[in-house]
Parts: sequence; structure tokens; C-alpha cells
Amino acid sequence: MTHMESFRDPATARRLIDAILRQVTGSLRVIEFCGGHTHAIMRYGLRDALAPQVTLLSGPGCPVCVTASADIDQAIALSQRPEITLATFGDMIRVPGTKTSLQGARAEGSDIRVVYSALDALQLARELPAREIVMLGIGFETTAPTIAAAIAQARAESLKNWSVYSMHKLTTPAMRAILDAGEVAVDAVLGPGHVAAITGWEAWSFLATEYGVSCAVAGFEPTDILQALLACAQDKAAGQPRVTNSYGRGVSAEGNLVAQGLMAQVFTTADAAWRGLGIIPDSGLAIAPEYAAFDARARYALPGLAEGPLDAEAALGCRCGEVLRGVVEPAGCPLFGTACTPAHPVGPCMVSAEGSCAAHYRYQGVVA
Amino acid sequence: MTDGVVLLAHGSGGILSQELIENMFVRHHANDVLSGMEDAALVSLDDQAEARVAITTDSFVVQPLFFPGGDIGKLSVCGTVNDLAMRGARPLYLTSAYIIEEGFSLTELERIVVSQAATARAAGVRIVAGDTKVVERGSGDGIFINTAGVGLVPEGVHVSAANARPGDVVLLSGAIGDHGLAIMTRREGLQFSSPLRSDCAPLNDLVATMLRACPEIHVLRDPTRGGVATALNEIAQRSGVGIEIDEAQVPVHVPVQAAAELLGLDPLYVANEGKLLAIVPESAAGAVLQAMQSHTYGVEAAAIGRVVSSSPGRVVLRTPLGTRRLVDMLSGEQLPRIC
Amino acid sequence: MCLAIPVRIEEITGQMARVALGGVSREVSLVLTPEAQAGDYVLIHTGYAISVIDEAEAQETLRLFAELEEASREVEAEEAAARNDRSREDATLS
Repeated sequence: MTHMESFRDPATARRLIDAILRQVTGSLRVIEFCGGHTHAIMRYGLRDALAPQVTLLSGPGCPVCVTASADIDQAIALSQRPEITLATFGDMIRVPGTKTSLQGARAEGSDIRVVYSALDALQLARELPAREIVMLGIGFETTAPTIAAAIAQARAESLKNWSVYSMHKLTTPAMRAILDAGEVAVDAVLGPGHVAAITGWEAWSFLATEYGVSCAVAGFEPTDILQALLACAQDKAAGQPRVTNSYGRGVSAEGNLVAQGLMAQVFTTADAAWRGLGIIPDSGLAIAPEYAAFDARARYALPGLAEGPLDAEAALGCRCGEVLRGVVEPAGCPLFGTACTPAHPVGPCMVSAEGSCAAHYRYQGVVA
Repeated sequence: MTDGVVLLAHGSGGILSQELIENMFVRHHANDVLSGMEDAALVSLDDQAEARVAITTDSFVVQPLFFPGGDIGKLSVCGTVNDLAMRGARPLYLTSAYIIEEGFSLTELERIVVSQAATARAAGVRIVAGDTKVVERGSGDGIFINTAGVGLVPEGVHVSAANARPGDVVLLSGAIGDHGLAIMTRREGLQFSSPLRSDCAPLNDLVATMLRACPEIHVLRDPTRGGVATALNEIAQRSGVGIEIDEAQVPVHVPVQAAAELLGLDPLYVANEGKLLAIVPESAAGAVLQAMQSHTYGVEAAAIGRVVSSSPGRVVLRTPLGTRRLVDMLSGEQLPRIC
Repeated sequence: MCLAIPVRIEEITGQMARVALGGVSREVSLVLTPEAQAGDYVLIHTGYAISVIDEAEAQETLRLFAELEEASREVEAEEAAARNDRSREDATLS
């Protein structure tokens, strides 16, 4: 535990907070791309500590939040086939589709299992040869290589009863889409540290060179986040957008080449449907044709882009889409805290532990 | 988004559980005793007397049936005894009803019953009535146990979730998260190996010791499903007060913290089966804490917070960084996350 | 996609490693970090190691924190000195 504890040192965190507040003249607006950062910021009360000079906006980096309703519906439909056992990461179980969620489907009789790892899903396939196991592939570049590795493993073992329904997405196209939309003005981006462990921090240099926005790639301990925010503040003061790596111990310039190679082997880029952002070209990962036997879409004759709404709750007044683009604060959604609460979520931003709405709900009424 | 069916989340002890209980059960069974929604009900068996007989019921459906630190049998006695103790009652008699799935091993059944008997003896209670049903293979999870418990509250003791007052001190009897994480790390699909053991224990003797130090304890609650976070929220709501806790003061064992980090869980929401929260007047806090620390089941007891008049119905946490955030109730099931 | 935890590799068997944190251990795959050795710390995500932690970088960051502590002390000392100067001025003026 001591490795993590060093980066949670309260005295260091306080000094970094003070340093940031001294550095920021006027204001600093930073968008935290990654839902894991939203969660950590909430857990350590950093928003309140840095307000009002520093505004932290949540971005679309919550793979749960950006999964289209149509994809959830498709996953539920798969789970309703009697021969299929669906394996999923726990994060997905409450996300609403058009009519119900995976947890609702399980209550109605679907065989849905929560797994910690694709390795566990492979094990299910070996132990239950009469069942067809479908693993729900969600996550960005941090998770995609692990699924790619599992698919490669399945092929090496010639597993006959295992496939992946890929809903994997790529972070940089989404980042570009948000900035291209011009709806949100930020001074800097808090870069996703574990995505960058795979992609390398240089993959984020386009933010400075093409958009004139700074990016500090950050880890997830409070001192990691604060150190990165200090870098953002210093960049703003210097008037010089840069991309820097504040997570040196986990992230290198070129990233994890083995992981990148596996991804390139097992996946191809494809158009993907993002809740809140619409269909973004080349922003998703589809399983390459040589691995079609492990591609649930091929195996069960499903369309490349699931048919149906991206955002079923919009009709109910849910503004998750705008929240995901950093355009609207959760409190700006008419359902926030009334019809939509963590116990009874309408949209995915409230369902996910790291969704912007769930995070903000926990700030209501806090005395600073 | 209502699904029209009961979900696992309705049993996890958080907001959905609360809603099902209020909207389905309390609504139809309405009476002033039930609506108190305490861990155990206080009734009188003689219309004239003050209500000092404590009654409770509980069901045990834990999987796996045998886990480090306990089993469903031990849990069934501790859980029931503790519900009574949380009203300040001295537990006296338990009942135990078994619903057993056809095909269940008689050897395992005996292990469970022997464990119940040993725990009952250790807790000083007697199991005086029971029932047995067998259901068809596939209709149950091996075995379910339902219990009822009866006890007596001493005169002058008034313990209730509605009694917290601003200025009171919040005490916690020891480290949190051991039971829930011990169970979760054993569950299929998670495959962690850890030294985690359930903290399952009968707390009636600890409570008796505490009441001797201070008969005016205001609130007692065992943070079972939903954890300390949910229990404190319930107390804050019932008492109409705010509660502030200091995260640095909440004891958590290193392996529990580690398992929680790996699974993306917060120990504040994880179930405990051998811990209690006590809310006591400030003047008595020192004495009660000392009484707890001198008892086997309170060795790691700590003062973790205060009751305040601001933010009524809410629980606020001071993080180790000195910043503050809300602690909400558990909303659904607690599941491992990857994000 | 963000929950990755630093753990220590205790033992490697083929492509799998037994890793530990705070007494809890698990088997993880090293397929994505074939260069990892026993004794290394790795970031694990959903049962796979995704990055070997660079100890030198970790120490460098901790060293920067220590410098920050130094710098904070200097700033505090300067501010305290400035307050002293002002109160001496006030005293002479009154």
C-alpha cells in the first residue's frame, strides 16, 4: 500500500492546492477527459478545494456513459437467447437501454455474470462448454488491449464457445469531436493517465499543436491530479500550450508497443455510436475479419452499428449528451436530483460511479 | 426506469431496499411500531407496561455458505442477537427456521447447525423454536435460514435511530469492510486470495459493557448491508440531524483497503457483521470509548465523528486531505468496477 | 478504463504472474508487459499488467514533492518576514 500512499500524502496535496491557487490569476478551466479522474476528484473533495478559481468540467471519458442505448438493447437481446451466458464488467449492469438494463434482464431470467477480467470470461467458456459465452467489450485504450489479448488467447486455444461484443471506443477522436463542436471553452485538458500508459503521451500532443490547448497527462492519486493541474495553471500563465506528462512512473512518450501491436492485430477502427456525441467516424474498434469466430456481431449476424437510438432518455428530458460534451453542468438538467438520482437513474451519467451527474450529486449541499 | 420486478439491488440494503420496505411492506402492514423501522421492535406484552420487549426477525441467504471467519449458521445467530442488542436489549431467545434445497448435504447441514449452537452458547441465548421446510432441487441456494429473536431492554435505556442529537459523538467499534470483502473476494469470478476473514461476532456483551459505562447511549446500529455510509445516512434521516465524519479516524485493515482498491470499492459501503456504531452524548464519549476498547470486540474502537445541526439528513466526510464531500447512501448493489 | 492499481510481482510462471497488494494476491497476465520481472511493480487493469512502473520516475516525482515542501517553507518564511516588517513599520508610525 505504501506505493500508493506516497502519492496520497495530505501535506503534499495541500501544498499543491496552495501552489495552484497562487498560480491562477483569474480563472482556470480544465476538462478532465476521463471518468476515473472525475471519481478521484470527487473522492478527495478536490473540486471544492480548488473552487472558485479552478473549474473542472467532466468529459466523455466514461465508457459506460457513452455507450449508446441501442448497444445496451443489443446486449440485452443477446442475453435473452437461452444458449448465451453474458459476461460483463460490473460497471455496465445498471446502465439503462431503451426499456430495461442488464440488471433488469437478469431479474427476468437472463444468464448474466459480472466478471473482473476477460480471463474470467475465458474460464467460464472452458468450464461451461455447453454455453455460449459472450463478453461485453467496453472501455477505451486501457481496456481494449486486454480484450485483444483474450481474443488472441481464445484463438490459440481454439475455443468454440466464446466471443466478444465490442463496444470499445477510442479517446482521441472523441476529444477532437468535443473541441471541434466549439461548444466548450477550456484552458487545458487533464489527460487520461491509464489510456496514455497504452497510447503514450505523445498521442496527445495534437491538443497543443492543433487546438492550442494544454494537456497534462495525469495519474489518479490526488497528488498526481494536483500536480497536473499545476502544470495546466503554469502553462496558462506562460501563455504557452504544451502537452506534458505528469505521470512519469506510468506513462512513456511512445506508450506500450506490445499492447498497441495486439490491438492493431485483433481490431480494426470503425465508426462508433457515442451517446451524446453521435456517430464519430473511426472512433471505435471492431474485431478484425481473421478473428470473426470471436466476434459476437459476426457470430450472431448483428449489424456493425446497432440499430436504434443512441440516447433513449433524451425523450424523457435527460441531458446526458450535453453533460458529456461539457456544455451543461448536471444541475442544468431538469431531471437532476429530482426524477434522476443515483438510486433511480434515468441517464448513464447518473448510473456510473464516475459519471458527472453521480459525482455532482454527491456535492450537493456540502459546506466548503 | 421501473422494471416491475424485484431486483437484487432491492436486497442490498441501500436506497432501493428502503423504498421496497416503505412502499410495499410498511405501507400494507402499517402500525406505529413498524413504522419506526428500527433494527428491532419494542413492544409490551402487557398493555400497562412500558414497551421493553424487543423483537426482531432476519433471514440469511449468504453465499458461499462457509467462509473464513464464519458460516451461515454463525451469521444467523450473530445477526439476530445484534439486531436486539442495537436497541440496548439483552437477547434471550431465538427461533431458527430452515428452508433447505433437496439434495443438500447432511454433513454440511450438521456443520451449520453445530456452528449455530456454539454461537448461541457463546452469546448466552437459547434457540427455543424452529421449523424445517425442504424445497425442490433448483428452488433454493442450498439453504436459507430465517430467525426471530426476543430480548428485554433494561429500564432507563432508550436507544433508537431517531435519538441522535447535535453535539453527540459518533463511535465505531473497530475496522470496517472485513466481512463484505471476505465474501466478495471468495465469490466466483473474482479469484483473489487474501487473508480476509469475516468479522462476524455477537455484540450483546459489548453493548452491555457500554451501557454500564453510560446508560444514556442515544443510538446503536450495526453497519451490515450498505455499510457505515448507509447506516449513518439512515440515522441522520431518522434523527433529522447532520453527521460529520473524519475519514482518517475510520479504521480499515490493510488487506481490506487493498482488496477495495483492486475492486474499485469504498469500504464505507461494505457490509460488517461484528461492528457497531454508537452515538453518545459528548460528556459520556470518553467513558464509552474506553469501555469499548477494553472489550474483545471493541479493541480497535475509535471516535470517528460528530452529530451536527447543519445539513440535516446528510452525512459529510472530511477526507485525509482536509477537504469535504458528501457520503451518500448506497444506491444499488456494490459491484467491482473497471473505470 | 481508468482503474489500474500498482501491485508488486511476487512470482512469474510463463505468461502469468502472482501479484500482491497489502496481503491480497491474484494471478494476472503479463502478455501486455512481457519485459516485467519478479520484484517489479506493475499497473494492473482487469487482470492484466498494462505498464511496468518506472521506479526512477516515481522517485523523481517524490523528490519534486520534497522540493515543493522546501519551496513552501521558503514562501511561508518570506510571508512571515513581510508581516513582521509591516508591523515594525506600523509600530514606528504610531
